[in-house]
Amino acid sequence: MGNSQPKLADGFVVFVKRDCPTCELIIPVLEQLCESKILRTIFTQDDASFPELPITSDDTSLEVSFSHRIETVPTLLKIQDGIELDRTVGWSQDTWKAFLDIEDLGPENIPSYSPGCGSLSVDPDLQGMLQKKYGSGLVSREVTFASAEDEFEAMYDRGWSDGLPLIPPTIERVQAMLEGTKRKPDDIIALVPPDLVDLTVEKVAVNAVMAGCKPEYLPVVITALETACGDEFNMHGLLATTMPVGPVIFVNGPIRKSINMNSGMNLLGQGNRAYSTIGRAVQLTIRNVGGGRPGEVDRATHGSPAKYGLCFAEDEEGSPWQSYAQDQGFSSEQNTVTLFPGEGPRMIVDQLSRSPDELARSLAMGIIGNVHPKLVMGFDAILIIGPEHASRFAEAGWTKEQVNEEILNHSIRETDELIRGANGISEGLPEVFAGSTLPKLRPNGGLIILYGGGAAGLFSATIGGWLSGDKGSIYQTREITL
Amino acid sequence: MTTSVLDPTNEQTPEHRERAQRISSLQGATIGLLDISKPRGDVFLDTIQSLLEKKGATVLRYIKPTFTKPAPVDLRHEISTTCDAVIEALAD
Repeated sequence: MGNSQPKLADGFVVFVKRDCPTCELIIPVLEQLCESKILRTIFTQDDASFPELPITSDDTSLEVSFSHRIETVPTLLKIQDGIELDRTVGWSQDTWKAFLDIEDLGPENIPSYSPGCGSLSVDPDLQGMLQKKYGSGLVSREVTFASAEDEFEAMYDRGWSDGLPLIPPTIERVQAMLEGTKRKPDDIIALVPPDLVDLTVEKVAVNAVMAGCKPEYLPVVITALETACGDEFNMHGLLATTMPVGPVIFVNGPIRKSINMNSGMNLLGQGNRAYSTIGRAVQLTIRNVGGGRPGEVDRATHGSPAKYGLCFAEDEEGSPWQSYAQDQGFSSEQNTVTLFPGEGPRMIVDQLSRSPDELARSLAMGIIGNVHPKLVMGFDAILIIGPEHASRFAEAGWTKEQVNEEILNHSIRETDELIRGANGISEGLPEVFAGSTLPKLRPNGGLIILYGGGAAGLFSATIGGWLSGDKGSIYQTREITL
Repeated sequence: MTTSVLDPTNEQTPEHRERAQRISSLQGATIGLLDISKPRGDVFLDTIQSLLEKKGATVLRYIKPTFTKPAPVDLRHEISTTCDAVIEALAD
C-alpha cells in the first residue's frame, strides 16, 4: 500500500510486545545488545515501558510496525541507509548470532529457540483502523455523511442504489473485499460504458460491497465486468436498448461450490447470496462508474427483474453431459464466467413427452415463442434443461450435441407462416422471404444448453437473447482471474 | 453516528461546453444526414434530403455500422470536419 514508511536509524532494530512470552524471555539478550550499542531501537507495541531500557521506543500506535509489515514479534531488522536489508523472525540464538555477527549472545540458560507471537499490527480486529490511519492505498473520495443523516437513506439520496438497500462501503469493508482478489486496487480492468470511464479494481470492490458480495465473489464480478465491457459483448448497446435485456451471467468450474452458488432447486430464484449479489454488483458498477442509469442512457421500455442482476451456476455434478465450459474447451478445473445478453427466464412445461424426439420438438416449440414467434434468426437463446427433462434424453443415449441439433432442426420455420401479414399479424419478415424455410436460431451457436434445476418438475427454462452477432452482442466465456 | 464511505461513482464532473453556432441559412450549407442503421431510417432521410436540397443545401449521407454501438471515432471526425450541421435519424 503506497503509504510513507517512518524511516529507521541505521543498524539493528527489533519489534517486541510485553504480551509475548518469547519477548519476555529475551529481555537479557536485549539488555546485552543495548549495552553493547549493537541494537539501536526496540519498538514496543503494547507497553511503552517494556523493556525498561533507554533505547525502547513507544510504538503502541503501531505505525512503525504496520508500515514495516511486521507480522511476528520479536522481529529483528537490519537497516542501512534507511532501507531494510534483512530481517529475522522469532528468537533463534544461532540465527541472531549470525544475523548480528557476534559470538556470545544471551545467558547460558536461555532456550535457544522460541517462535514468538503474532504482531499486533496484523491483528485482524485492528486492520481496518490501521489501513485507514496509515494509508490504505485506496484513492476513492471519502464521503462523510452528516451526523443527523441516516447512512442508508443518504446512499439512496446520492443515487447510488438500484432501489434496494446498500451496504455502506466503508474503508474497512472495501479493504476486506479487496482481499478476495490478487489484483491491485489500481488495476484498470475495463472502460465502462456509457461514460467510457476507466474501471479500477477498487471501484468494483466498492460497488461489490454495496451489492452485498463476499470477498470471495469478487473475482467473478471482476471477470464478468471485463467481459461485459469488451467491444464484442457490447454492454453499451445492451444498456441503451429499449429491449428488456441485461448481462445474464453463468458460472462453471470449482468456484461454484467454493462460493456456494446454487445450481439445483430454484437456481434462478431468490435465496442464494452469490446469485443475488454478483449480478447486482455488475449492474451497480455499470450504474455508478459507467453512469448507466434507467431512464437516462438505459432506455428499456419495460425492463425486467433480471436487470437487478442475474447470475447462476450450471449443475455440473448432476448433469449427464460435460459442462458448458468443457464444451468450449476449458477443463473441469478451470473457473469460467459466461455472459449472455438476455432477458428474464421463462419456463417451458412438458409433462407428457416420453421419447427424446417428442421432447426436442416440444422444447423447440417453447423457444420459438422467444421475442415473437414470427421473428427468427436474430436472437440466440439459453435453454436450461431440468433434471427430469434431461433424463429423457440421457436414458435414450442422446448426447448434448444431438439434443442441440434436434432442437435447432425442430425450430426451423416455414417462412409463409412468418411473413408480414401471415396469420393476420403485421409483424414478421418481408414478403421476399416467402416460400422458404428459416431456422428460429442461428445454426452454429444459436442455442446454449445448460443443465440445472430441482429434481422434481418436468420443466426446462429458456432465456431469450438480444441481437446476436456483430450488430449487437456476441456472448462470451472467459476464465475467472483470481 | 457519523459514517464515512468510499465514493462508488467515477467522481467525474461533466464538462460544460457551449453549443455550436447555429447555421443562419441552408443556402450553400453542407448538411450531414446520419443513418444509425435502424429499419426504414433511409426512407426518413431520403425525404429530409430532398427537402434540404430544395432549400439549396448540399447533403452528405453517412451510416453507422450498427445502431447498438456509438458511432466510430473516425466517422464522427469526418462528419464534424466536413459538415456545417448534422441530422441523425434516431430510432425506427
